Amino acid sequence: MSSEANAKSMSLIVTKGTLDWAYPPFILATTAAAMGLQVTMFFTFYGLTLLKKKLDLKISTLGNPAMQMPMMGMHMALPNVVSAVPGVDSIATAMMKNLIKKKGVASIEDLRAMALEADVKMIACQMTMDLFEYKMDDMIEGPALGGAASYIEVATKSDINLYI
Amino acid sequence: MADQTLDARGLNCPLPILKAKKALKELPTGGTLEIQATDPGAVKDFEAFCRTTGNELLESRADGKTYVFLIRHTG
Repeated sequence: MSSEANAKSMSLIVTKGTLDWAYPPFILATTAAAMGLQVTMFFTFYGLTLLKKKLDLKISTLGNPAMQMPMMGMHMALPNVVSAVPGVDSIATAMMKNLIKKKGVASIEDLRAMALEADVKMIACQMTMDLFEYKMDDMIEGPALGGAASYIEVATKSDINLYI
Repeated sequence: MADQTLDARGLNCPLPILKAKKALKELPTGGTLEIQATDPGAVKDFEAFCRTTGNELLESRADGKTYVFLIRHTG
């Protein structure tokens, strides 16, 4: 079941850094690695925050009419005017974190650790590091610094390329 | 009787697959792993996992609310 036996590969561009959007790339990356694929993740713009040592991920119900939260025994979407009220996002985030635990869904921290353990390659976008004034000291160990060309080189050789 | 058992009950996608992969890695070639899971998505996922990795899915059955998979490490 080695990666040599199955030479397929996958690359992902990770552009979003909210708690909900952090899941798809890490779930797909860890699963693909478990299935023998060589996986590379390129973290850029808001996705780069997912490489910080300390994750403090939040969700926002604002502008997200498809997002329904369990409320008073049913599921409800919040109107934007409610979403914009201070404190609503932190309530929604707390509810989501509760659900994640209750439903046996892995934490992003765990999935990220499993990805690194499974030799998923990670590239941190240098330009975004500069733009957002992130320091290397704030980031986890493992990812390499790189730019668009580094990603394109990987993508030209990958069987699957995803933009999330 | 499987050589190794993995209790993945209560865990959601993709944890049963990730934990199974880890357990299979520890097994010698030809060894068998039994996985118990409650995630209904695991039924199709273990089929896909085995097809892709070349491991042999010897058994896939439901035991009440628990899904039981038997995989031979051949991949």
